[in-house]
Formats: sequence, C-alpha cells, structure tokens
Amino acid sequence: MNVYEGKSVFHGIAIGRISIYKKGEQQVKRVKIDDAETEIARYEEAKIQAVKQLQGLYQKALREVGEANAAIFEVHQMMLEDDDYNDSIKNMVRTQEVNAEYAVASTSDNFAQMFAAMDDDYMKERAADVKDISERVLTVLHGGGGGAAAIKEPSIIVADDLAPSETVQLDKELVLSFVTVYGSLNSHTAILARTMAIPALVGTPLPLDDTIDGKLGIVDGVNGKIYVDPDESTLARLKKMQREDIQRKELLQTLKGKENITLDGKNVMLYANIGNIKDLAAVLQNDAGGIGLFRSEFIYLEKEDYPTEEEQFQIYKQAAETMAGRRVIIRTLDIGADKQCDYFGMEQEENPALGCRAIRICLTRPELFKTQLRALFRASAYGKIAIMYPMITSVKEVKRIQEIVSLVKAELTNQGIEFGEPEQGIMIETPAAVMVSEELAEEVDFFSIGTNDLTQYTLAIDRQNTKLDEFYDSHHPAVLRMISMVVQNAHKAGIWAGICGELGADQTLTQEFLAMGVDELSVSPGSILPIRKIVLETNVEEYKAGK
Amino acid sequence: MKDFKYVITDPEGIHARPAGILVKTVKEFACDIKISKGGKAMNCKAIFGVMGLGAKKGDEVTLTFDGEDEEQAYEEVHKFMSENL
Repeated sequence: MNVYEGKSVFHGIAIGRISIYKKGEQQVKRVKIDDAETEIARYEEAKIQAVKQLQGLYQKALREVGEANAAIFEVHQMMLEDDDYNDSIKNMVRTQEVNAEYAVASTSDNFAQMFAAMDDDYMKERAADVKDISERVLTVLHGGGGGAAAIKEPSIIVADDLAPSETVQLDKELVLSFVTVYGSLNSHTAILARTMAIPALVGTPLPLDDTIDGKLGIVDGVNGKIYVDPDESTLARLKKMQREDIQRKELLQTLKGKENITLDGKNVMLYANIGNIKDLAAVLQNDAGGIGLFRSEFIYLEKEDYPTEEEQFQIYKQAAETMAGRRVIIRTLDIGADKQCDYFGMEQEENPALGCRAIRICLTRPELFKTQLRALFRASAYGKIAIMYPMITSVKEVKRIQEIVSLVKAELTNQGIEFGEPEQGIMIETPAAVMVSEELAEEVDFFSIGTNDLTQYTLAIDRQNTKLDEFYDSHHPAVLRMISMVVQNAHKAGIWAGICGELGADQTLTQEFLAMGVDELSVSPGSILPIRKIVLETNVEEYKAGK
Repeated sequence: MKDFKYVITDPEGIHARPAGILVKTVKEFACDIKISKGGKAMNCKAIFGVMGLGAKKGDEVTLTFDGEDEEQAYEEVHKFMSENL
C-alpha cells in the first residue's frame, strides 16, 4: 500500500480502479516551407475546425456542468480568434518560413509564458488555457480528431494536469474522482470536481507509472489522501467512511432547505456549535439556521499573547458576513478549568472547575474584557451578532457586565467608530442561575443552557473521572427539570431559551425538548440534519399526551 | 477621440470570463478601442491583451476610443463597465 497526500478540492470518498489519463503528446518539428500563404491557409482551416470543436464542447459542457463551467470554452474560442495570437502565428510563418505547427507551438509558449509570469495565481492558471487551445489546433493540423480518453469502467482519473477540454470529454458517469499532480484550487479540474460534487485532489505528488495504473485506489477527500493498493483494514475503514458519507449526503439532499417545523406546526431553531472560524464551511453545508455557540477561546488558545481588538474584529466580522444575516451567537472568553492559556498567568487553583474562569476572569480583568467587547460591538455592524456571557450565577454579575458594556459603547461613540446593537444573552450552566432565572430573564435577550457544566455542577460529578460513571446519569431528572424551569421563566419574560450543550444533540431527548418548549438547539454541524428529521416527524401534542 | 477612466470594483478583477464579455462588447464597434493600465495600452478587441493587463479590483484602467462610431462605443462600453466590472 502506498499513500500520497494532496490538496483536497471536495470532500467525500471514492473507491475504484486508478486510470492514468495520457495526453496525446504532440511532437512538433520545425520544417522550412516554400509557400507561406498556403501554410497560412492550412492554419486558418485548422483554426476553423478547432473553433467548431470548441462550440461543440461548449454545448456539451452547458448540458452537463452548467453555464458557469461551460463559459471557459467560449473564452477559448475568443482566444483562438485573438488578433495578437493570430498575427504572431502568421508573422512567424511569413518571416521565418516555418510550418504552421511550429508557429503555433512557439506562439503558444510565448503567450503561456506571459501568463505564467503574472503576479496573480488565477492568471497563472490561464497559461494552461493557451496551451490547451494551441494543442487543439495542432491536433487538427496533424489530422487527428482530438480523441476522448478511453475509460470503460468507473475510475479514479489520475493525470499530471487536466485541461478543461479534456475533463469535459470524459464520460462523467465513469469518473469517480480526479487526482492531479499539478493544478491549484483554482484550476478547472478543481472547479469542475466541486460542480460534479465528487472528491478530488490537486497538487498530489504521485508517480504516473505502472505502480499506480490499473491498481485499486481510494481517494479520501476528507483528509486529502490517495491510497494505492490499500490493505484490507484501510479498505474496510474507508468503505465505512464512504457509507456514512453517502448516508449523510442523502439525508442532506432530502432535508436541506426545509424548515424545522413539527407536524403540529411548532418551530424550533437549529443552530451550529463551532470552535473555529474554519468550521464555517461545515455550518453552511449542513444548512444550519445560525451559529448558536461560537467558542471564542480558540482565538486566545492559538496565540502566544493576547489577541488584539483588530484581530478579533476581523474574525467576528468574517463570521457575521459569511452567515449573511443569520444569527451568530459568540460566547465571550471561557478560559479556565480545563482550558488554560500560559500568557494569562493564572494562579494554580485547588479546584479549577469552581475557580477563576470565564466571566469571572473578565470581570476581574475588565481591560481584557473590553477589548473583546469592542471587537464584538464593531463586528455587529456587519451582520446579526449576538453576545453570550458564560458562567453566570447572579443578577449582580449581569449588572456589572451591563456597566462595562455601557462604557465600551460610550468609548466607541466618542471615537466615532461604527458599531451595531447585538442581542445579549447568558449561558445558564450553574444551578444558581437556574434558580434565579426568573430575575435573570428580565435583564437579558436570551438564555442558552450549557448542559455539560450544568450537569456536572448539579450532580457534583466530575465528568472526566471515569470511576464515577455508575453514578453519572446524563438524563437525570434534576437536570431535565432545571431545563424545563429555565424555559418557562424565559417565556414568562418574553425571551427565548435554547440548549447549546451536548445534551442538545441527544436524539433520544429531542422530542422531550420540543415538549418543554425549547426554542433553539445548538449542536455540532453534523447533527443538524438528523435532528431536523426528528423535528419534521414529531407531533408535540401527541407526544405529550402519550407520556 | 474620447476616453474615460474606470476603477475596477469586481472582486475578481478582469478575469477570463469578464475579459471575454468585454472583448465581445467592444468588437461590435468599428473604431479603435484601447484599454490601458499603468501606461501599458492594449488592444481592447484582443482577449489576450485585456487579460494580460491583469487588472484587479481597485485598479484604474483607461479606455480610449478613436474612430467614426466613438461616441456610441463610449456610451455602450461605459455602461457595460459600470454594470459588470
């Protein structure tokens, strides 16, 4: 078994025979000619043929992969009809008295070099376009028809690079995946693979010889790898991944775009939890209605020193803009307990879970807190940001936060810096917050229940301690009653309440939460669609009656 | 002769596809049309020239029109640029 790594263009798993795509390499000889005008006429004729072929490819691509991907063939036609390109060829034939083939090949090299030298990755890729159109003319001049690749069974197509005219001539039904040695994420192969929704790798340094041709291969588009001649355990593992991937995609197809509404018409918001800006793609792919928990800690944990306001602002702004008007709930710094940052210089604590963490750090070090709040308020001007404060135990803490927020807003106003008015809510993750939730609800815009800590603090069981498993019950009635109580108190004050802890993704409780009137569930992106399925199949009133 | 300056606002700049459409548009006119950036002037009717400018978002390009139908060409191309680029 050999493994090669490349850049993944599209997620997914493909398993099949590897087929190396061999180009019909054109050998061009320089030949002295006597009659330049006859040679130019030969070129003109070949060009007309080539343009006709491109028109055909445009139509084929239009049918198979859509207008956006087909447009390149229209551009190719224009390139072939470009005055500078044609003048260069004709000029060479006349002045150097060379054959049309040689003039085309030389002109192609010159123009390709111009693009390759440009300071723009996208434009660099266009060098391949010049070569592609020139190859086409050369094939016609050689009397060839421009042959399609001979693949007969579903295959993983491997090549050093693929021109658009080559990919479009492949029988799409038989292409399981593309893997190219060269090419970038902007290459046509990459764009096409995304359109066809098949896994593909570019920039994969693998040898194009008998060690891979015809062998069984697995393309792992999730981790950017291709396995050649996989051993049994790898094959079994990837087959399982493939099945799960297919199931997930099927679910996605049927559930995407649907509203989260029960049979008896109750709506629930299904949001995603993310721990990094990189997760935004997964959020959109899984059709989340918003982000219910954006753990801002990663910004601090990935750094050697305190992140600046500007750094934070850019990240929050990107999240807000990407989600385009959908709610993005950002939790302020939740460092402490099991998440430590050296540069914070925190003292060792006897009992960190009950120690100086989250909002307690922010309230004891307001300058740190203000930096994050300024970034959040500024980013709110670019989308629907909501701020969520963790580890609240009392109304007094909320009042102190409100004072700091007023200071931040006054500062921004004085400095003439633009900011928005984000919703502000709190996490309910301590038994104390549950007990005073009626009063807390008067102070904030929403509640989000953090079930991990709430369960740990309520049952007085450290979840990391596996020796206590027999005492631990994630469905403990105490916790479920607390959730119900929080939701009722929220509704009494006219605000909404959601769950962002792991319990929110527990599918055996989804109906129970709907019955309690939970307004929002924030779960990992991959759990959104399975939960949407349950929501769509539930009748809340019937469920309550049957209990 | 007529000319106008234009700052590219399309985030992609004048890439392959927009370059193709621009060339298609200017080819409708008989007059000589040039596009230039930073002192480098290119025939606007040739796609390689237009793409070769590598005009990106924020770059200022100048279009010049010289010939019989320059008035009309100016109007049309100006409209095209502000709507598409």
